[in-house]
Amino acid sequence: MSKFSLITKGLLKENPTFVLVLGMCPTLATTTSAMNGLEMGLATMFVLILSNIVISLISPIVPDKVHIPVYIVVIATFVTVLQLLMQAFVPDVYKTLGLFIPLIVVNCIILGRAEAFANKNGVWDSALDGIGIGIGFTLSLTVIGIVREILGSGSVFGWKFIAGDGMLAFVMAPGAFIVLGYLMVLFNKLAKK
Amino acid sequence: MEYLLIIISAIFVNNIVLAQFLGICPFLGVSNKLSTASGMSLAVCFVITLATVVTYLINKFLLVPFGLTFLQTIAFILVIAALVQTVEIVLKKVSPSLYQALGIFLPLITTNCAVLGVAINVVTKQFTFGGEAHMLGLGEATVYAFATSLGYGLAMILFAGIREHLALNEVPKAFKGLPIAMISVGIMALAFLGFSGIV
Repeated sequence: MSKFSLITKGLLKENPTFVLVLGMCPTLATTTSAMNGLEMGLATMFVLILSNIVISLISPIVPDKVHIPVYIVVIATFVTVLQLLMQAFVPDVYKTLGLFIPLIVVNCIILGRAEAFANKNGVWDSALDGIGIGIGFTLSLTVIGIVREILGSGSVFGWKFIAGDGMLAFVMAPGAFIVLGYLMVLFNKLAKK
Repeated sequence: MEYLLIIISAIFVNNIVLAQFLGICPFLGVSNKLSTASGMSLAVCFVITLATVVTYLINKFLLVPFGLTFLQTIAFILVIAALVQTVEIVLKKVSPSLYQALGIFLPLITTNCAVLGVAINVVTKQFTFGGEAHMLGLGEATVYAFATSLGYGLAMILFAGIREHLALNEVPKAFKGLPIAMISVGIMALAFLGFSGIV
């Protein structure tokens, strides 16, 4: 597999949200606006790239029986680093995303990539894989965020272009499920031909 | 009275799946059949309650006194992983049929964000149940965790019922499987929105 396709496969072929259907909780919970979706995606990508790199380095010396606990500790360590960094430099973002930052630990995408890719491949490839899947995840979250923000509050990235309140249900919980459902249908129709 | 408010709030108003978006992966994964859904709910119920009590105590008597609260995420996930392993061993011995039914989903409870989510929520968030905002005590935390997991079970079993009917219907090809399931959950969440404002 070429280096380039490692990065692009996260967009369509192995899109974590629409094809692999992993990491649904942050996908649904944090996409109330385009900006929130983008920030959550970037935060996940940070952990994904670093944990992929470290796991590809240590996987040859980790005994097979305890590899999952070891991977989880590696991931949890980077999540803690991210938490401390965000609290220090972007406290507002940290507050908005709230619980879903520590919950990156249990995001199945990250452990999934560790199991499916990073423990069999070299450092460089694993980093690229992290970047590719991370970009796919970030883009999906941003798209869902854009759709929900347009329907729910008539704006994109905070730029309001429809006057009035919008359909509040799309910012709240039910809208998340419904928008994701219809986007999946669209994705199936367009990408899986 | 306060315990009653906690229970109603955790099951209906702030339902963990439909309002807080926690534990979605197993929710979608095992809700194909009513029997596996109820088995999974039982397992989650047990693990959430137990994990919350244990992590609450660890936080209060180990992490806070030594100023180690920044280690919460790592400590909690390790405790939960160990607990799930224990439950698996016990279940294998006590009820092999249930163990068979849950199959690969039992180890997956470790990465069920509902468990970690509730454990972190309980020790970091302030709750208002009728009265003023306050941190939960051990008793309240236990009731909250148990009620939350009941809410998880309720959502899961209701949804499994819906999905068993969905499987018999003709849906357009692009909607098959997860998309139509997702839209059904959305409509269910819309119904649960009606409970908001009760507590």
